[in-house]
Amino acid sequence: MIGNIVKKEFKELFTIATLIPIIVIAVVFGLVGQTIGNIGERMEEKPVVGVVDMDDGDFSDIAMAVLMERGEIIYDGNDTEEGLEEVREGNGVALLVIPVDFSQNIYTDNPGEIEVYWMMKGAGMMDSISSGVVEGLIQAVNQGISAKLIQEDGSFDPALVLAPTKRVETTFFKGKEIKGLSASQLSNILSSQSIVIPIVVMMLIIMAGASVISSMGMEKENKTLETLLTLPVKRSHIVIGKMVGSALVGMIMAAIYMFGFSRYMSSFQISNINLADFGLTLGMQDYLLIGVTLFTALLAGLSLCIVLGTFAKNYRSAQTLIFPITALAMISMFLTIFKDFDTIPAVLRIFVFAIPFSHPMMAMRALMMDNYSLVIGGIAYTAVFMVIMIVVAVRIFNSDRLLTGTVQKPTRGKLLWGLRR
Amino acid sequence: MKAVEVRDLVKDYGNFRAINGISFEVNEGEVFGLIGPNGAGKTTALRTIATLIQITSGSINVFDYELPGEAREVRKIISYLPEEAGAYKNLTGKDYLNFIAKFFGDGKKSRDMVRKGVEIANLGERINDKVDTYSKGMTRRLLVGRALMVNPRLAILDEPTSGLDVVNAQEVRRIINNAVEGGTAVLLSSHNMLEVELLCHRIALINDGKIIASGTAEELKKEYHAGNIEEAFVKAIK
Repeated sequence: MIGNIVKKEFKELFTIATLIPIIVIAVVFGLVGQTIGNIGERMEEKPVVGVVDMDDGDFSDIAMAVLMERGEIIYDGNDTEEGLEEVREGNGVALLVIPVDFSQNIYTDNPGEIEVYWMMKGAGMMDSISSGVVEGLIQAVNQGISAKLIQEDGSFDPALVLAPTKRVETTFFKGKEIKGLSASQLSNILSSQSIVIPIVVMMLIIMAGASVISSMGMEKENKTLETLLTLPVKRSHIVIGKMVGSALVGMIMAAIYMFGFSRYMSSFQISNINLADFGLTLGMQDYLLIGVTLFTALLAGLSLCIVLGTFAKNYRSAQTLIFPITALAMISMFLTIFKDFDTIPAVLRIFVFAIPFSHPMMAMRALMMDNYSLVIGGIAYTAVFMVIMIVVAVRIFNSDRLLTGTVQKPTRGKLLWGLRR
Repeated sequence: MKAVEVRDLVKDYGNFRAINGISFEVNEGEVFGLIGPNGAGKTTALRTIATLIQITSGSINVFDYELPGEAREVRKIISYLPEEAGAYKNLTGKDYLNFIAKFFGDGKKSRDMVRKGVEIANLGERINDKVDTYSKGMTRRLLVGRALMVNPRLAILDEPTSGLDVVNAQEVRRIINNAVEGGTAVLLSSHNMLEVELLCHRIALINDGKIIASGTAEELKKEYHAGNIEEAFVKAIK
């Protein structure tokens, strides 16, 4: 008896329609994972750095020995500018400059300065792994010098023995020169500041998308759709009305969710660094662009949802159709949090750009780095995407598909007429 | 002017021909019934006239507006009641009537329509309750009220008394008759032969997507030497 029921349930639930989205998402997640790469392997790789030793003293020799052993040196000379150029061209992580009085300072109980010029490539969490490895390298230099100080005669200041060097850091990122911040610090601040937006966008898309798809499912289940379609109102108005109504519901639900989430996130706030002090700030125009990109992405997402919603037979099937939207929103969110748009492979970059939800997730970081072309291009793309989806939705609303599941092939004349209706 | 003129209407769903070249006319102020068994093509015919689905070939004119080209004009003068229609469950009956009325007029015109809808539905104080709490009969009365309150020139009613008990069915028939007296043309479908005989001025018998006979109830009974329409229909399809 139970077996009979299990068999029936399995046949009801395990269909091609439920299987395909899962397979597609599994493949996409697999590709994303492969692209992001193996953290362990990257941690063990020797960091690519350049070195300028202008001291040539006892302690700089120790530093050089450690760097040569643990790092992959692509520049070893005396010219900082030349070194920067070499590291930039060689896709290196940083240029370490040991100034003339490095050893002398340490001998006189002052920490030796190491100038570190970071070449930051992306602001995603995964992008800061290589700079973390270089920081480990500098730590190893410190340990080597500490060991030498202890071996010498033990008269050195214990504070100096524990921290024999200090770093003077400059980070180059997307054409900007940021003095006083390391790549890791900058990446951490940017990540923590831009982590909230992807999550807000994801929740907004999921909540509003679920509303619009469910609305289509309920229209069919409650048998209200036929009446709606015979009312004297343009099909495009029905589509837009459903989108805007769902967007409002989604925004309210996302706002409630985010109220709790922001309280949760604030408990992890550890950085006291103000990015505005380093010239990384957003103006009114930037906030306006973020608003526009969020609005267009939301409408583009909802227009996609309404097209998907036309395939819903009832409320239950509508719930299944929400899954691809949720998956796309999550992929966008993970990619924008963990990787920078500029540091992912070209194929994945096209994929991320093609998902309308990605754009508001990337906008804040892009605007901070004055990358207006990405943001404005994203707005243009999502607007075009939205218009295409609305036209498709109106076409479906004009066809038999909505009520009968079949489509009568339109003639060229009927195609144009259908859009006017 | 004819309320409806259908000429050689054909509707295919893929390889299946649901309507196979039917022609009929509905006059102003007339109740015209399409009767036939389940799957005969009644609902498909009504849906094409109600601008819901596209036609494969043939022509449809509603008060001289041609379909599908003038669908928006047609929607302004028709009202369609699907067989298994529902209403928005989270709205009250009155809110639902308000929602519909606003598509047909603003201000006083809209309020008058709602007043008429409330009167036709005859749900008393329950009109202010959520539709979710209504019985099937109450929902159907609300929907008939919705369909007729907008003073349509043509009401297209698919099985208007489907699933109703005798008392509610009789009430709905009375409402339809009142609308006709007010000048509305009615095109309805039913497989309840008795109801059709009571309501319709003229009838078309439809089977397998074709009209096999049409005329008044008396003419059909006479043509097929039958005591009632049901008997006439059975003889007609043999």
